[in-house]
Amino acid sequence: MIQTITKENFAAEVENAGRPVLVELWAPWCVYCRRLTPVLERLSDKLGDGLPIGKINIDDEPELGQKLDASTIPTLYLYQNGQHGEKLVAPSSQAQLEEWINGQMA
Amino acid sequence: MEKRYDVVIIGGGPAGYSAALYCVRAGFSTLVLEMLSAGGQMSTTTQVDNYPGFEDGIDGFELAEKMQAGAERFGAVSEFAEVTGLQLASSPKIISTSSGDVEARTVVLATGAAPRKLELADEEELIGRGVAYCATCDGMYYKDKVVAVAGGGNSAAADALTLSKICKKVYLVHRRDSLRAGKGYLDALTQAKNIEFVWNAQIDRLLHEEKLTGLALTDRVTGKQTTLACDGVFVAIGRVPNTALLDGQLALDAQGYIEADESTRTSLPGVFAAGDVRTKPLRQIVTAAADGAVASKYIEEYLQRQQ
Repeated sequence: MIQTITKENFAAEVENAGRPVLVELWAPWCVYCRRLTPVLERLSDKLGDGLPIGKINIDDEPELGQKLDASTIPTLYLYQNGQHGEKLVAPSSQAQLEEWINGQMA
Repeated sequence: MEKRYDVVIIGGGPAGYSAALYCVRAGFSTLVLEMLSAGGQMSTTTQVDNYPGFEDGIDGFELAEKMQAGAERFGAVSEFAEVTGLQLASSPKIISTSSGDVEARTVVLATGAAPRKLELADEEELIGRGVAYCATCDGMYYKDKVVAVAGGGNSAAADALTLSKICKKVYLVHRRDSLRAGKGYLDALTQAKNIEFVWNAQIDRLLHEEKLTGLALTDRVTGKQTTLACDGVFVAIGRVPNTALLDGQLALDAQGYIEADESTRTSLPGVFAAGDVRTKPLRQIVTAAADGAVASKYIEEYLQRQQ
């Protein structure tokens, strides 16, 4: 499940989701973000409801972009119980992204 | 993942998916291993105007997805995994990946090349916001603006000339006091009225807010530090072929490209190199795609001899 996250639904869908959520900060002008889109779609197909994915367009949501330090995009966070660990910036492979997720879920 | 294929192609750019299309249509079971998403370097170019057949140009990412879909339509399989090791001399050849091992009767290396980076802070995040690596791809974004070209070889000279026709002003920033570019280039550069040379310049920092605003330079002779205001910097300091995985198994040229002629055959039987990773005079999408097609011919020849 991939959904759009805004400042209005951030608390409900990410911080208080009651399950882990993968958050991606992106922008339409970011060419590398586009390369990540099919990767996130495949992850979503694979993990389904087990790991919802939330996409934050930092052009539409500058406050969230600032709050989550999206000075470089794509930036990813894994939220669990309202908290997130180390961010991942521009992963070079799907394997790297999955390893980073698995390392935090363990 | 299926464990055995006639052809395993490493890299899902234009060379890889063209090889896949031709191999699968020749009747070979074909796997493409790609670590992120289709397209390679091409997928970060938003406007491709030099691939024939698209009169208005085409977005590189979209072209990549079309190439992938075109090969998959005939049964090519894509697996999005990272290759971690290769045994190319064995029979079958073994490819270790983040999703397990695969066996292959033939291997096509289509891993591409990446522009050499300046290795400066914030360089990665400024790509598309002032830092670029391809003047013919991205030059138009800087129409009537001020840009710098970093480098001193033929490609830097060619980029500067390309940009001088588009941009208001082009600074050619080079670490030395002369260019390595050929005489033809030097004459043309000198004649261009809006190109200015910045010699002995070491780029220390990329100055930026949201976008690039300039370069912080140090004169390597006098030690004087200066700032060069510009809207973009085109980095043309060479390319790095993606051959780290090979670990000495194939012959490479002095720059690290896989030695293979137009047949795409490498120094190991049954191993082929297609696209930018191969020694070749022109690295373009159309020549990469051509390599993929040619590879399929020699794969067919090799596999027939094996039977």
